Amino acid sequence: MDLLPFFQWCYSTPIGEAIRNSTWLFPVIEAFHLLGLGLTAGAVLVVDFRLLGVGLRKQSAAQLWANTQPWLLGSVTLMFASGIPLFLSESIKCLYSFAFWVKMTSLFLVLLFTFTVLRRVTQMDPTSDRPLPGRVTALISLALWFGVAWGGRWIGFS
Amino acid sequence: MSFLSFFEQLSESPWSVALHESEIAYSLIESFHVWSLCLFFGMTVMFDLRLLGWTMRKVPVSEVIRRLQPWTIVGFVLMVITGTLLFYAIPLRSYQNIFFRTKMLLLLLAGVNILIFHSRVFPGVAKWDTDAIPPKVARVAGALSLVLWVCIIFSGRMIAYNWFDCDRQPQPAIINFLTSCVPSE
Repeated sequence: MDLLPFFQWCYSTPIGEAIRNSTWLFPVIEAFHLLGLGLTAGAVLVVDFRLLGVGLRKQSAAQLWANTQPWLLGSVTLMFASGIPLFLSESIKCLYSFAFWVKMTSLFLVLLFTFTVLRRVTQMDPTSDRPLPGRVTALISLALWFGVAWGGRWIGFS
Repeated sequence: MSFLSFFEQLSESPWSVALHESEIAYSLIESFHVWSLCLFFGMTVMFDLRLLGWTMRKVPVSEVIRRLQPWTIVGFVLMVITGTLLFYAIPLRSYQNIFFRTKMLLLLLAGVNILIFHSRVFPGVAKWDTDAIPPKVARVAGALSLVLWVCIIFSGRMIAYNWFDCDRQPQPAIINFLTSCVPSE
């Protein structure tokens, strides 16, 4: 499948062009993107640390999941809303960037994993101990988010 | 010796030049800075949101702070270490960067807010520990912290894009004043 025509079309969109022609649009949108990342990290870490037994150990994982889910959804929405314009402004570079594909793959996997496996594991774990499945789930989640953040930061260096 | 000449000398020191010119090392440090940001800012935001009564309403405030604060501290120490290295790689231009100066000022204000919270607000936590929505004074501290850290992230991200750089003259006189920049004739 040849992706180049689609990525070229993205690059030529008015939004992409406006961002390229502006001094401050890219940095400001990127700052929103970074805020979204930090907020996502907060929502994710509260649940993952709980599953690892190093955070709010007395609370049930199910409750922490329910508490943080609106913030996770909100911050992921912010990341998409800011990430897509950033992508439009430099989509051709992204097509040839290894970091970009690492990020997109990790992002797809982590969202799938979070809303299927991780969500179920939090519902299974009402007690304050930390069973092995919970710890493994948290480590997978952290590793995948790490891939997202690493790939994201590294797009800018390529 | 003035700050200006000190940072000028620092930017000519061999280690600073090496760090500045090493693409891999500089990029890695910057990545570490972002990961630490996730840990530090993520934990701080969740605590601020709890103070505002916007999340984890059933979890006592003191428990949130006791269990999450160690992570916040780890994140902050990592941020300071990586941030200092990033500054050390580009001392003079960072010192004269208006976004860097804004960030340092905001960091100071965030520190004052934390001091006031821990000396004046948090000692009385027993009275409202389990309240779904903490009293106004705690909500104000949480909101201030949230706004300050958001602005710190913004100015931090702008440092790399400084369109008020000393070398990009002409700049308005007020900018040159605020960045201690003396444009050459």
